[in-house]
Amino acid sequence: MRTGWLAAGLVLLAAAPAEAARIGEMVEWDFGAQAARFFSLQDPSVRYALGGSMLLGLCCGLMGAFLVVRKLALMGDALSHAVLPGVALGFLWGMTKNPAAIFAGAVGAGLLGAVVVQWIRATTKHREDAALGFVLSSFFGVGIVLFTMIQNLPGGAKSGLDGFMFGQAAALGPEDVWLLAGVTVLALGAVGLFYKEYVLTSFDEGFARSLGWPVKLYHYSLMLLLAFAIVSALQAVGVVLVSAMLIIPAAAAFLLTDRMGAMLAWSAGFGMLAGAAGAFFSFTGRSLPTGPFMVLAAAALFVLALLFAPRHGIVGRLWRRRSRAARIRRENTLKAIYHVMEDGGFREEVVAVDGVAARRHETAAGAGREIGELQRAGLATEADGRVAFTPEGRQRACEIVRNHRLWELYLTNAAQLAPDHVHEDAEVIEHVLGDETVRRLERRLNFARRDPHGKLIPGLADLAGGPPPTARVAGFGGKGGAP
Amino acid sequence: MMKDFSTTAPPLEVHDLTVAYDRRPVLYGVDLTVPAGSLTGIIGPNGAGKSTLLKAVLGLLPLSAGWVKIFGGTLAQNARRTGYVPQRESVDWDFPVNVMDVVLMGRYGHLPPGRRPGRADREIARACLDQVQMLPLAKRQIGNLSGGQRQRVFLARALAQESDLYFMDEPFAGVDAATEAAIINLLREMKARGKTVVVVHHDLSTARDYFDRLVLLNMRLVAAGPTAEVFTPELLQKTYGGRLTILSDVVQSLGEEP
Repeated sequence: MRTGWLAAGLVLLAAAPAEAARIGEMVEWDFGAQAARFFSLQDPSVRYALGGSMLLGLCCGLMGAFLVVRKLALMGDALSHAVLPGVALGFLWGMTKNPAAIFAGAVGAGLLGAVVVQWIRATTKHREDAALGFVLSSFFGVGIVLFTMIQNLPGGAKSGLDGFMFGQAAALGPEDVWLLAGVTVLALGAVGLFYKEYVLTSFDEGFARSLGWPVKLYHYSLMLLLAFAIVSALQAVGVVLVSAMLIIPAAAAFLLTDRMGAMLAWSAGFGMLAGAAGAFFSFTGRSLPTGPFMVLAAAALFVLALLFAPRHGIVGRLWRRRSRAARIRRENTLKAIYHVMEDGGFREEVVAVDGVAARRHETAAGAGREIGELQRAGLATEADGRVAFTPEGRQRACEIVRNHRLWELYLTNAAQLAPDHVHEDAEVIEHVLGDETVRRLERRLNFARRDPHGKLIPGLADLAGGPPPTARVAGFGGKGGAP
Repeated sequence: MMKDFSTTAPPLEVHDLTVAYDRRPVLYGVDLTVPAGSLTGIIGPNGAGKSTLLKAVLGLLPLSAGWVKIFGGTLAQNARRTGYVPQRESVDWDFPVNVMDVVLMGRYGHLPPGRRPGRADREIARACLDQVQMLPLAKRQIGNLSGGQRQRVFLARALAQESDLYFMDEPFAGVDAATEAAIINLLREMKARGKTVVVVHHDLSTARDYFDRLVLLNMRLVAAGPTAEVFTPELLQKTYGGRLTILSDVVQSLGEEP
């Protein structure tokens, strides 16, 4: 990769005088007017730039999704660099930027690169990474040499080929857009028609072959479509960064969903969005290269997905951890209130906040905050330094105490642990025991009434929301207890 | 005449099968016939070529010599009658598909290119998932499954193939006891319905109970036949050599049997 950048830098140096002139122009560039022109879509060149960039995003997003799930992301990188000599040869063929000649040359060079990768893998002891690295850098090097030669030819400096390096969406012409549209239709058609074939051969090649499928045919058709996508995208996004448009939208989509179909849709959508953003900046910034902006837009989408994806996102995970921590804190407060009531023989329906604070080893203010949380969750009410359960809070408290004591009993009975070894474990488990596990524990323990410390285990009637504890002082474990 | 022949041909016939990796042979000259309706275990030490045999039979590895007949014909002719359960490690479990998607893949062999599975295929897939007690997990991404659950998903996919001959690569490797019991019940049920099942198995101590025929393999075919005839101290010794300490225990327990 580093050699690639160095070589690209050299080309930029060679083109430095031209660049300097453009930057001079940019100072007088009116961003607002240019943005207005962009959004009005009146100008055909805007329509070509926007349409072409979005088509390339769609196409690359689609192909990139398959690369990412096949763990072939580097293949896209190598292939996209390998096409560069083909672009130069396509130009040299007629000394013009004929899209057809450049397309043919680039696809040819890309496929040659893929063949060389296969050949190195098959005939040497090198793995794929070394082969990809070799093809990527050496093909790119050849391409840079050819580009520099073209620049030095008479008329070569105005070839417009430097747009292929970092992309120039504003330079897209109708032929380029038609090419992109054709490739996109081809890719959509192939993926739509052979969706199940492409998914199965990507997921489980051995199984697909056991069905008698021509797995190689599907693989190479996908690689050919990939080469088409890369080559048709070159003019807009550039050789150096086209692989990013393959990988980043797909990688962001992978974080958002667990289904292939949805991943394809997200990936294509992200690609289109990034393409549109790249076209906008390329047009408003005039001679700014498109590729980097397109890739930065895609990268921003990736970061958003990384942060906010519902299941795999960092924010979601932190939020769930936080809310789990908050739930455990609430449950511990409920349990403390229950314990205070139990100590009082359930004669009181309300208990003092001070008592709860002592039980929680908290200051009065700390306990007050915890009880405030219970109030907000509708589990308890507090007035005048005294706290009372709501029906839901009482049920939840009974469940927690029950979970705790059942687990202690289970550990002492079934796991043969001493009664003074089980409390810590139960403190953790009580918050995560599911209903079904509780039922199984009960059956296993023959619906026992007392925990290893001789405390009563709240019964089913308490959980079902029977009369409040004060009305049934003997209710816990009494006649109204577990069946 | 032809039809008559194909119905009487054994599900699997292998002749002089030889497979080499990098010109280094790993299986030599294996001759094997698996009769219809049998539950056959392929056993042998690590590196004996058990999985290689299965893959070669399925055409996943090139043969250096020999031939394979499935129901008297080629695999391609009988692909729909042949089901496959690959090793669990052979796929990427982070792949964005859910349990139902994977089981539906079992129907793909019955669908022409470009055709998606339909309602009838979904019904079959649901029934197969139910058979391995995985229906409640149908919508889960496959990465969120335990080892045993993953194995059961693969089995459900194979059931959905509705084949007559099944090849299973180490279905018992690394699964919990409950799954192991569920799998062996399923295999016996399949046998009772006339299916032929060939299983690569690594655990010598359960091989005798699980299979009615055994193939003893160690780069060459040591023996193949009904378990009672083949599971003998001499043949096991010949298969495993001195390589396995568990062998002496098994051989000893054989001696204690009446």
